[in-house]
Amino acid sequence: MIDSGDPGDRAPRAVPTFRGTAPFPIAARAALADVQLRVNLARATATIRAKRAQAVAEREDWEALRLAGAAIKDSALQQLPVLLVQLEAAVAAAGGTVHWARDAAEANAIVVGLVRDAGSDEVIKVKSMVTQEIELNEALGRAGIAAWETDLAELIVQLGEDLPSHILVPAIHRNRQQVRDIFLREMAGVGRPAPPNLTDEPRALAEAARLHLREKFLRARVAVSGANFAVAETGTVMVVESEGNGRMCLTLPQTLITVMGIEKLVPRWQDLEVFLQLLPRSSTAERMNPYTSMWTGVTPGDGPQAFHLILLDNGRTDTLVDPVGRQALRCIKCSACLNVCPVYERTGGSAYGSPYPGPIGAILTPQLRGINVHAVDAQTASLPYASTLCGACLEVCPVRIDIPQVLVHLRAKVVDQRGWRARASEEAVLMASIGWAFRGPRRFSFAERLASLGGRILGFGGPIRRAPGPVWLRSWLRGRDLPAPAREAFRRWWRRTGGGTGG
Amino acid sequence: MRVALFITCFNDMLFPGVGRAVVTLLRRLGQEVEFPADQTCCGQIHFNTGFHEACVPLVRRFTDTFAGFDAVVTPSPSCAAMVRREHATVAGLASARGLDPALPARVAAAPPVYELTEFLVDILGVTDVGAAFPYRVAFHQTCHSVRTLGIGDRPSRLLAAVRGLSLAEVAGADQCCGFGGTFAVKNADTSLAMGADRIAAITDSGATVLTAADMSCLMHLGGLLSRTGSAVRVVHLAEILAAGGPS
Repeated sequence: MIDSGDPGDRAPRAVPTFRGTAPFPIAARAALADVQLRVNLARATATIRAKRAQAVAEREDWEALRLAGAAIKDSALQQLPVLLVQLEAAVAAAGGTVHWARDAAEANAIVVGLVRDAGSDEVIKVKSMVTQEIELNEALGRAGIAAWETDLAELIVQLGEDLPSHILVPAIHRNRQQVRDIFLREMAGVGRPAPPNLTDEPRALAEAARLHLREKFLRARVAVSGANFAVAETGTVMVVESEGNGRMCLTLPQTLITVMGIEKLVPRWQDLEVFLQLLPRSSTAERMNPYTSMWTGVTPGDGPQAFHLILLDNGRTDTLVDPVGRQALRCIKCSACLNVCPVYERTGGSAYGSPYPGPIGAILTPQLRGINVHAVDAQTASLPYASTLCGACLEVCPVRIDIPQVLVHLRAKVVDQRGWRARASEEAVLMASIGWAFRGPRRFSFAERLASLGGRILGFGGPIRRAPGPVWLRSWLRGRDLPAPAREAFRRWWRRTGGGTGG
Repeated sequence: MRVALFITCFNDMLFPGVGRAVVTLLRRLGQEVEFPADQTCCGQIHFNTGFHEACVPLVRRFTDTFAGFDAVVTPSPSCAAMVRREHATVAGLASARGLDPALPARVAAAPPVYELTEFLVDILGVTDVGAAFPYRVAFHQTCHSVRTLGIGDRPSRLLAAVRGLSLAEVAGADQCCGFGGTFAVKNADTSLAMGADRIAAITDSGATVLTAADMSCLMHLGGLLSRTGSAVRVVHLAEILAAGGPS
């Protein structure tokens, strides 16, 4: 039970990454074509959407809580340099060690070094967004260290050699039949096999995962976690989770390594009150979070005797540079915006090419990748456009991040950064042409007559069904007709009839 | 009260019937509107696509065109939202980049812009406009109406007072149709998938007419309906409110 002794279950496995994802419109196509995926996503997001709405409606002071949450985060971000030093001192005073990492490579190198120092070739992991962001599992694998994900959904993703598609429910794109198949196929290769008669009952699947993970919990000497919050004044770090796997990781091993984005800081202990109300209702629609673990440094004779806190920048100070965009750092990773997003519901998470999918990913990923300080690649540049600006995300965000505002703000950065080549792009030519036409009523009237003539030719007197020409027009016509521009535009009607009074 | 009609570039060119309906409706309610011929576009197309500097002359033109009026009325919630929320953003940029330092002051002094249903309910104080429209109608809320502009239930109240009209219950009525401006062509596949789901719900509702306060969503949904050979036709809310009354 303690150690299977099978070397096969320690062999590092292939770790898929988001690198090389195509720009959003292309990546989305694969997801849209996957009928099973769309059914799984639509069902899952509709369920959680309804539950969240109910949980939030119970609170009359919800809006006040949101405002408080936003204000606390903003104030923390404003005083970040001071608070981080305060946190470091408090953690050190409580027996922990603080490390500073500028980027993913530095953070990964620190973790690898610490695991080796602890004499281990494996770690158990609490579900953590930030370690996905830095691709820690891959870095550990390269160093010959096995990383075992212990969150149920994260385990499903890892066993399936898959990519996470949701912040909270990374395997949201899988249904339970698929989960059973993955367990039956993959568990045996990395530890305790799934029982051969495994059904797709949630209870049976959970039990198989529990037994599989138990031997890893009891064996591991090092755990790696992220952090939901850290309190500057006390040096306390907090992880919230629903399965108890986090509690196991945070208490059983001798060494605990926590990687934390610097934006996770709150100034005071009391601030947690607000977030422990906002987070569970927004993410899992629970009134109270099931497993809330907090620790301050190390406690002799109780829990890990070595605690390392790695404070990670990795693009966060570049995000702070922008007065509009920086509100993205308020995010508490609840995933409410994913669950209400009509785009996410159709495309799923992997189309976003980042562990942060959905509306928040569309504004966070480009900024973490430096859009505020330099030009970005085509995939990153496609993310701010992966939205209809419908505003459902802002409506549910527990810290009131105005995601539509930031999306449009980032679109302007994309346009400003594209340079001369983009000015010859079809979109830029279109924008320049209509911009020219809008410069005056005579030009506009001329454009209207031209469009009207063209429309009548293309539509043969009816709606336009197909047309040669620019990509935007053909994209529109792929599944939709286009009304032909009117024979007589409104302004000409007004002039001819004197506003309908007969002239 | 001197009221100007901002028809919007989109309605002007593609759906002039909407503008004529607004004029008919307001005249019936005793409100004459003027149509300043210098108007073109509010800048929404450029703004939402990220071409913010290109909005500067358009915002300038808008403020010049409508200066001196007491109010501006427009049959487009998304354009009303653009003017109300983002003209100041554009003006800020124009000033910061030295493109048009006077623009912030001009935007601040511009007359209030009302979306049509706001103008009817809040300014004219009517919900029964005397219209008759004997059809089963599906109403699409439009995201910009509800979430960006916050016009609430004004369109529903206006529709409820129309004689002969029965409102069809549409499942997921708060869902985005997938238009999203240039999203419709930049992310055409996703846009079409979203639209197809709305069309299915609208068809299931048994409606024969689909309406909304914004023609842009209706152009997308109408294009899908037309392509699939559906008998459901799309009309702007103003066209329903202008229908059947004494002219």
